[in-house]
Amino acid sequence: MALSAPVSAASSQHATPDATVKMTARNVNVFYSGKQAVKDVSIDIGQENVTAFIGPSGCGKSTFLRCLNRMNDTIDGAKVTGDIAIDGEDIYGAQMDVVQLRARVGMVFQKPNPFPKSIYENVAYGPRIHGLARSKVDLDEIVTTSLQRAGLWDEVKDRLADSGTALSGGQQQRLCIARAIAVDPEVVLMDEPASALDPIATARIEELIDDLRGRYAIVIVTHNMQQAARVSQKTAFFHLGTLVEYGDTSDIFTNPRETRTKDYITGRYG
Amino acid sequence: MSSATAPLRAPTDWNSAAMQARIRNRYRSERLFRLAGLAALALAGLFLAFLLVSIGSKGLTGFQRTDVKLTVAFDPAVLGVPAGTRQPAVLQSANYQQLLDAAVAASIGPDADGIVSEGAWLKLRDALTENPALLGMRADLWVPATSDVDLLAKGIVDREAEMRSVSDRVIREYDRLQAAGVLRTGLNTTFLSMADSTDPELAGIWGAAKGSLLTLFVTLLISFPVGVLAAIYLEEYATRNRFTDIIEVSINNLAAVPSIIFGLLGLAVFLNFFGMSRSAPLVGGLTLALMTLPVIVISGRIAIKSVPPSIRDAALGVGASPVQVVFHHVLPLALPGILTGTIIGMARALGETAPLLMIGMRAFVADVPSGLANPATVLPVQIFLWSDDVQRGFVEKTSAAIIVLLVFLMLMNGIAIYLRNKFERRW
Repeated sequence: MALSAPVSAASSQHATPDATVKMTARNVNVFYSGKQAVKDVSIDIGQENVTAFIGPSGCGKSTFLRCLNRMNDTIDGAKVTGDIAIDGEDIYGAQMDVVQLRARVGMVFQKPNPFPKSIYENVAYGPRIHGLARSKVDLDEIVTTSLQRAGLWDEVKDRLADSGTALSGGQQQRLCIARAIAVDPEVVLMDEPASALDPIATARIEELIDDLRGRYAIVIVTHNMQQAARVSQKTAFFHLGTLVEYGDTSDIFTNPRETRTKDYITGRYG
Repeated sequence: MSSATAPLRAPTDWNSAAMQARIRNRYRSERLFRLAGLAALALAGLFLAFLLVSIGSKGLTGFQRTDVKLTVAFDPAVLGVPAGTRQPAVLQSANYQQLLDAAVAASIGPDADGIVSEGAWLKLRDALTENPALLGMRADLWVPATSDVDLLAKGIVDREAEMRSVSDRVIREYDRLQAAGVLRTGLNTTFLSMADSTDPELAGIWGAAKGSLLTLFVTLLISFPVGVLAAIYLEEYATRNRFTDIIEVSINNLAAVPSIIFGLLGLAVFLNFFGMSRSAPLVGGLTLALMTLPVIVISGRIAIKSVPPSIRDAALGVGASPVQVVFHHVLPLALPGILTGTIIGMARALGETAPLLMIGMRAFVADVPSGLANPATVLPVQIFLWSDDVQRGFVEKTSAAIIVLLVFLMLMNGIAIYLRNKFERRW
């Protein structure tokens, strides 16, 4: 696996070279029971950026996202080929422990999915199973910080013992973000994190993503092109399983190179 | 086709006769369906009420027993022991039958045959070993009457019938004793604390109840962990292929196999191959575990499957290992369903008779079993044995045993409901 390889050829030659590449993918193919869902995708994910994956339904963007923390392993019949690395370490290699990988590459799902436990337990679960807290005080500290970073602290600080499922949809999603960042990941993957939320809750999530940028490398899958334009610095356009175009968000939305990208962002199809 | 050229339909007349008839029809079929449902419910309720009333009316007297008051002179000469002895071993082996005969002759009279139970001497022995100071003294003791006297006291015997099991002489004696006030009918502690007997007045249900408890204990111990582990493995770990499909079909078929087949399996495997002891709760429990296992696996799989996949994703997403996902998240959420399925399986095992007949648990057992390897019988088999007995006194015992079995079943169902409500979580 080439760690220091320059940003891959065709797909991203116009993108500003990223000094700090966090994850690299080369020639990634994904098959579901023999049917190919992702075709030959190569991409670099920057450390400092929010990277948005856009594209019509079924274009393979979520599938590809799930390769980045090996969540596809849990699906029967899924097969991944190609190389994906985090800090130069092959994540599909024999050395890589998948449980640790998922702690380093956290994930937020489309539908808010808090555990049916207390708000405190939701956030404390990850640090606890990874032994990140040395004491109860330490754990309290992690929970508080994570909830503060997720912008949920002021709303829940007086009811940490309440069930996480009793919160509103938007609060639940921010709780899930707090849960993901409580294990101090390096990358946070978000699979359409706001698609099940109302516009106000969506706006809060977008603000939150902006706040978290820089601390974690963030990859977000979205159907909503305005959202991609608002929150991301890099955008990748997927179509029919291939990565059509990848570059700076401003370039993709104002000056796309490919006609397919142009057609999609102008609403011709999708 | 453009709208201009489409043929025009007449506007719908919602008040036409055909429409009105349709509405009437609809209401009628609605009414009929509700009536049919109510009738079905009423019929089921009627059957249940009939069952409960019939068992209750016959069985409740089974919890009562009639005693006769005897004045017993604990004469060392009659007992055949040295005067003034306090040694338990000597007192245990004294001649109580002779003492009883003497006491009956003295208290009731010469015509006393068939009034006092043959097992009454046990009462005399218990009284003396408990209080050795009675030796050489007189004491009034209540001892069990025969089943005939008991039935007369409860009014179950039809005195006018041409053919009756109770002789005229016993009826005469009964009337005399009743008038003298030396008969009493009270709670039958023997029934609740002893095992089977050939005499109805001495037969107890506790032996069978304890046999049932021991058997179910073994069943639960084997089938719950094995069943839950199998369900977890099949749902969470096994990849779906032809092999696991075959396993799934086999488990479903196993749940439908008649229970007597499991009895034959238990007979062949545990008794003939492993040479375990016949009639033992251990073997009964193992046999019933084979029968209960598929029920627990199936209900466990359904419960595990109903845990939303998003919870697994969430746990995996923060880096939980598969085992942590199962034990921290999936199992706690599936527990109410698993427990309900388990208790339903156990309730079925509690009521099972046929497989236990095959492994010898229909033996006559006069002792309360004290361990897993002792000969024992279980409640449903005891009911079967008593219902087969020709003696009139066992009819009420049969119904009383059914009441005990039903109380056990209701307790288990109550526990199932309690556990389901306790562990159920909503999200």
